[in-house]
Amino acid sequence: MATLKEVQTKIVSIKKTKQITSAMKMVASSRLRGAQNSMNAFKPYASKFGEVLGSIAGKAGEDASPLLISKEEVKKVNIILCTSDRGLCGGFNSNLIEKAEKFIKSKLQDKEVSFTCFGKKGRDWVKKTQMSIQNEYLNVVGGKFDFTVASTSGKKLIDSFLNNVVDEVYLVFSEFQTIARQEFVIKQILPIPSLENMTDIKEKTDTKDNSVYLAEHICEPSSDVLLGEMLPKNIYIQIYDALLQTSTSEHASRMRAMENATKACEDMIDELQTIFNKTRQAGITADLMDIVGGAEALNG
Amino acid sequence: MAENIFLEVVTPDKAVVSEEAQIVVSPGSEGEFGVLKGHTTFLTSLKIGKLRFNDANGKERYVFINGGFSEVLPNKVTILAESAEQRTEIDAPRADQAKIRAEKRLSEKSSDIDILRAEAALRRALHRLKITNIQ
Repeated sequence: MATLKEVQTKIVSIKKTKQITSAMKMVASSRLRGAQNSMNAFKPYASKFGEVLGSIAGKAGEDASPLLISKEEVKKVNIILCTSDRGLCGGFNSNLIEKAEKFIKSKLQDKEVSFTCFGKKGRDWVKKTQMSIQNEYLNVVGGKFDFTVASTSGKKLIDSFLNNVVDEVYLVFSEFQTIARQEFVIKQILPIPSLENMTDIKEKTDTKDNSVYLAEHICEPSSDVLLGEMLPKNIYIQIYDALLQTSTSEHASRMRAMENATKACEDMIDELQTIFNKTRQAGITADLMDIVGGAEALNG
Repeated sequence: MAENIFLEVVTPDKAVVSEEAQIVVSPGSEGEFGVLKGHTTFLTSLKIGKLRFNDANGKERYVFINGGFSEVLPNKVTILAESAEQRTEIDAPRADQAKIRAEKRLSEKSSDIDILRAEAALRRALHRLKITNIQ
């Protein structure tokens, strides 16, 4: 049986761990609120953009933009992997990575895969497995970032798509549904799947009679030119959205992980306290026995 | 007095303007255009530049627009910009520095992409400064 002193030290150290985990939980929950706010602030822009895009997409022809055309032979695929920079958020990063890994194994077996990494955890994994990294962006997910990150990275991808450096681009990220639920999603962003699918944002917003008036839009310059300008933006929007959602998910994940850790600490402290009390009691009993035994001997 | 039109300027971060306006003049890619209530539905891309509008009290106000799109409906103008700032939010010293930086880069003349980027930066800085200098 452990000595009193040992048990005491353990209890103290676990109490300290508990303090840390519960502080981290608080931090994560306040960051979560911030991330949720920026997600909500982005919604009006994204939905309006989707609405306008949807309205002109119907009018423009299939060949309005080279971004719509699939390559005849797909050899090189780029995956945008959104993960967090820091750990201690449960299975968040490993689940995202696993999702990407499975996707490569099942669909991209004979393709040349490269990565665009957001977040250190994903980058480290790509490095470890010795796959190639096209670009990496650290200190983005989970922190403060603005639209420029999405547009610069999106611009690079579009350029490499147009120059035949990559033939397809996929986005792997975590979709934030509720605090307790995040879905890991893979989405094709280049070539742009089809104009009908693109307007999915629109469906979520109220589809009040816009199909009526939008059909009569006067476009300046022509709708094809406008569409050509809007499609790259739409890709930036998707990337930005993915980054926002991944950040929010990361904080939610960490909050839950830390809550569980705090609970586990409490359980351990309880258990150790019981051991401590028992050991102490046993010590006292043994001491009493000694004293009583000694007194008996004197009287004897 | 004509009726007001609703003006909304949205960026990925927030809604910069969301209020009634008497008139809205935007920097369209094919030229500046003014919109009053009852304008026909109209969609256009925007250049980097200034958006001018008279608010419900008739006060003239300015917003810096970093390019984007504008959708005009009979009773509403929506501006979708990657970034936008009201005049009071513009950081003039920062724009000044950006201007100097861009000018320096342009005078050095490195690769083509750099020039394009520097030119865009310079244009942004100049427009921001212009708006802050309006009396």
